[in-house]
Amino acid sequence: MDALLMQYFDPYYLRILMLIGINVILALGLNLITGVTGQLSMGHAGFMSLGAYTSAILSMQVGCPFYLSLLAGALVAGLFGFIIGIPTLRLEGDYLAMVTIGFAEIIRVFFLNFEPGGKAVGLSGIPQNTSFVLVWGIVIIILILNTKLLKSRTGRALYAIRENEIAAESSGINTTLLKVFAFTAGSFLAGLGGGLYAHYMYFIRPQDFGFMKSIELLNMVVLGGMGSIPGTFIGAVILTLLPEMLRVVAEYRLLFYGALLVILMIFRPNGLLGDVRVYDIKRKLQRKKVGAWPSSSN
Amino acid sequence: MIWQQLLNGLTLGSTYALIALGYTMVYGIIQLINFAHGEIYMVGAFVGLFLVIETGANIGVALLGAMAFCMVLGMLVEIIAYRPLRGKSSRLSAIISAIGVSIFLSTLMVLIAQTNTRRYPEVINIVTYEIGPVHVSSLQIIILLVAALLMVGLQIMVQKTRVGKAMRACSQDLAASYLMGINVNRIISFTFAIGSALAAAGGVMVGIYYNAVWPYMGTMAGLKAFAAAVLGGIGSIPGAMIGGITLGILEILGVAYLSSSYKDAIAFGILILVLIIRPQGLLGKEISKKV
Repeated sequence: MDALLMQYFDPYYLRILMLIGINVILALGLNLITGVTGQLSMGHAGFMSLGAYTSAILSMQVGCPFYLSLLAGALVAGLFGFIIGIPTLRLEGDYLAMVTIGFAEIIRVFFLNFEPGGKAVGLSGIPQNTSFVLVWGIVIIILILNTKLLKSRTGRALYAIRENEIAAESSGINTTLLKVFAFTAGSFLAGLGGGLYAHYMYFIRPQDFGFMKSIELLNMVVLGGMGSIPGTFIGAVILTLLPEMLRVVAEYRLLFYGALLVILMIFRPNGLLGDVRVYDIKRKLQRKKVGAWPSSSN
Repeated sequence: MIWQQLLNGLTLGSTYALIALGYTMVYGIIQLINFAHGEIYMVGAFVGLFLVIETGANIGVALLGAMAFCMVLGMLVEIIAYRPLRGKSSRLSAIISAIGVSIFLSTLMVLIAQTNTRRYPEVINIVTYEIGPVHVSSLQIIILLVAALLMVGLQIMVQKTRVGKAMRACSQDLAASYLMGINVNRIISFTFAIGSALAAAGGVMVGIYYNAVWPYMGTMAGLKAFAAAVLGGIGSIPGAMIGGITLGILEILGVAYLSSSYKDAIAFGILILVLIIRPQGLLGKEISKKV
């Protein structure tokens, strides 16, 4: 299938589409933690690196089949998300942000000194098993599951925690359990994205998963609109494309990137699609139909 | 040996404290993690370097020049990137805006000064004194003195002057302060100016002490200083001082007695441990939630 695609599409565009897919998976994970549940996590790249390194080491040095190592990477990241989720019961807002930053930095330093991970040089020669179909297949499955989850009772409970934790708790929502759940699920997706990334890029280094990567992912969630699935999707697409499009301005690329972030936030402070959910749009459309009905009957 | 490490830690910690003060003051008033603050510190270090190399200024002039420049820069950043967002957006949008500023400033500096590490020329002749078992360099004495002077000055300003009173009022309740006739925007600008000046002083002194200035020096220093502010209890000015010094000392001790390759991890590990035991930080007030 990929060979077929290669015949008709420019490899450069395919590569960007792959990266968009991987970033969508990562951003949807973070959206669950930060966008939906409102727990500010600034260390998503740390979980991503756990997934990337675990799966890469398993498939290179242990010889696990690709799908198994991918799953293992995601599970390890999820497990760490669970462990990190427990202190979040006690910490709030920016203290939590600091813990997640610190945790991601500790992981980065750990991999910088980790012998099987190739230390600062990184791992290279990871089998390139990630295919276009696989990435976008996973994206579609996650989009569907995510939409279903957020529509469900649990999903609404997660939004309730973001809006007002005390009110949520007094409405009988088990906030502790759900916060840990959001963290675990989000980290699982980060690990999955990391595994796909490692098996696509062929080569990973600890500095690929630094603070800036976490920030990049956070930007996708906030830019698109916190808690909105289409918003996160669009945010991931735009922020993956933006650096590519800004290649025109060469060394001024990051200058423009930084300035654009500020400008976008000034003009769209709640993100491009702030809080637009699929079922809200549907409801709006339905409402319009109902509103149009009496006039048409007259 | 231990006394020497403690002194080195104190020196490093006092520069962390200077940067952390900017974080904590801004946070105290508008609840914004100002991620551009590390870059202000970096710009301060470069302005000092520029003054020393181009005009042959001495350390005092370089320090004051960098502080004045960063005061204006900090106020500009606040007016351009944060003020339009205030009141009409979530705190996260302001954080993203701050990150945008941070990327912008560090890239701008890369374009101006290239990525390579610059060194300060000899600004003072370093004399090492031996006090008991400890070697104290004149540079360390200067850093400690300047840091102490700035912190005492800040404390006096916040506690004794009219502006300081207005700042404290704003940090308690922005809306009520506005109703009491305080020009809130001016106080916020002023807070940014003071915080940026302190960061610039830290930048110049770190630049001289470690003899290295480069455009990305702000990221890690900013994170560490934020960690220090959180460690001390974010929003608390004495907390930032104590947090900075504690973090500096623990980091140096960690490098000396544990492992130097885990240097950055040690600082954050300690921070996480402290927060798990004491979620509000060392000096932070426990906030009871209002329903």
